[in-house]
Amino acid sequence: MSASFGLLAGTRPLLYKEVLRFWKVAFQTVAAPVLTAVLYLLIFGHVLENHVKVFETVGYTSFLIPGLVMMSVLQNAFANSSSSLIQSKINGNLVFLLVTPLSHWAWFLAYVGASIVRGLVVGAGVLLVTMWFAPLHLVQPLWVLFFSFAGAAVMGALGLVAGLWAEKFDQIGAFQNFIVMPMTFLSGVFYSIGSLPPFWQGVSHANPFFYIIDGFRAGFFGVSDVSPWLSLAVVSASMLAVCALCLHLLRIGYKIRH
Amino acid sequence: MPAISFQNVTKTYSGARGAVHALDDVSFDIQPGEFFGLLGPNGAGKTTLISILAGLTRASSGHVAVLGHDVVSDYAAARLSLGIVPQELVFDPFFTVREALRIQSGYFGVRSDPRANDAWIDELLAHLGLSDKAESNMRQLSGGMKRRVLVAQALVHRPPVIVLDEPTAGVDVELRQTLWQFIARLNKEGHTVLLTTHYLEEAEALCGRLAMLKQGRVVALDRTSALLAGRASTMLRFKMDTALPASLAAQSRVTGRVMQVKAHDAREVEAILATLHAAGCRPEDLEIGRADLEDVFLEIMKDAPALKVAA
Repeated sequence: MSASFGLLAGTRPLLYKEVLRFWKVAFQTVAAPVLTAVLYLLIFGHVLENHVKVFETVGYTSFLIPGLVMMSVLQNAFANSSSSLIQSKINGNLVFLLVTPLSHWAWFLAYVGASIVRGLVVGAGVLLVTMWFAPLHLVQPLWVLFFSFAGAAVMGALGLVAGLWAEKFDQIGAFQNFIVMPMTFLSGVFYSIGSLPPFWQGVSHANPFFYIIDGFRAGFFGVSDVSPWLSLAVVSASMLAVCALCLHLLRIGYKIRH
Repeated sequence: MPAISFQNVTKTYSGARGAVHALDDVSFDIQPGEFFGLLGPNGAGKTTLISILAGLTRASSGHVAVLGHDVVSDYAAARLSLGIVPQELVFDPFFTVREALRIQSGYFGVRSDPRANDAWIDELLAHLGLSDKAESNMRQLSGGMKRRVLVAQALVHRPPVIVLDEPTAGVDVELRQTLWQFIARLNKEGHTVLLTTHYLEEAEALCGRLAMLKQGRVVALDRTSALLAGRASTMLRFKMDTALPASLAAQSRVTGRVMQVKAHDAREVEAILATLHAAGCRPEDLEIGRADLEDVFLEIMKDAPALKVAA
């Protein structure tokens, strides 16, 4: 690295570009996922409100809201970095970045940073719209902040890994539909894993997304399936592992420099 | 210190039929302020060499440096000094021309405020005839306009070394003239220019020195004037509707109706005309002139030995 060009130089313009990119199509990247989450709430809340009691003091619709918020955060953080990178690779305009002096740290921070921004914007949008449908209180806001930020970071980095690995849109779609979507749906967005048979409870405990959503929900209700401290440890370890992999792939130019 | 230095650069790809040498021990330097041409037929290795210079591809062995900065170990300094106009007509469909240029300059650390470079961006837009397109989305531009934006993006951080990879492929005469006037001006101001092109008349007019690649090897490296003087002979040019006699075809270049036959002196000219007359041919618009770079290029490519594919 040149002495005159720092390790993180150029991060801000790339972050700005990545945020501007999704903001220019906000109808698709922000409004649409908010609407989807609201539809989930209306349908599941209406059907199950009087039939399912997850926690003693919490109604089902209230229980559902943090799960839907976090699901939106995770899916959109992943979509942002993965779709941006694969589009640039396929359109060929990634060359504009490849010829720059940006370090792999700058790439990482900008792409993951923009994913976090999009994840949090969509999550905030879902929360703002759905909070009127059922009582919701912030009992421990720090948990909410940590798990929303960490969840978006994990998925932003995972999206970057998928974008580096994929060579066509189809592969990103497969990653999203066969890995991200099932892990999100099977993480306790719509239910408490305490209601599952023992085998599926065990499977859920191996799913890092479960800890993200459970810890996030603890911030709202003060109750959760597992201790938020355990969730913090699992999510932090997952974040470190995915970020380390992502940085390594960027450093060696995996599938972008030949 | 050379502006660009290629030292023993080799690039080998694994192919279905064994290893393919895209570049084989390529070595030459380009001095600061030069307007240097890199020529060769399709697949000769020009774009691979430029990709290694730009950091898009890694050499199998050898070293490449820009103003003394190794493109691998000191890549940031090397890339700060380089402005690359890619061959492919690519663009980011989300942004306007001005946004694309501001963002690109930011990547090179041209002030933390991307608007601070606007005066230079405006100058670039004016020189490339893009001023009225500054706020247009990239998708709305024609192919020629997109090509101009590619040039502007490469120059937006004021690099001392400019690399143009077939910048005039498929563009109209107006853009070519605008582009070459601007690049020639930058060259006069001290910028080093490396150009690859298939338009040999452009290379002859612009480049002070040339390298020719064939199958990954440098087969000629000299001043343009020296290449023309050393290789070229006189050419007899004429137009004709019928085919050339077989005895002349081997030493000729045919472009549609235009025939060019090599002739070293007046006696050979007379002999060619006699052959044409004997064959019943009726040449028109006869003229005698020196061979141009295209003649030299074809001659060198014909004479240079082909490279074997390694097992």
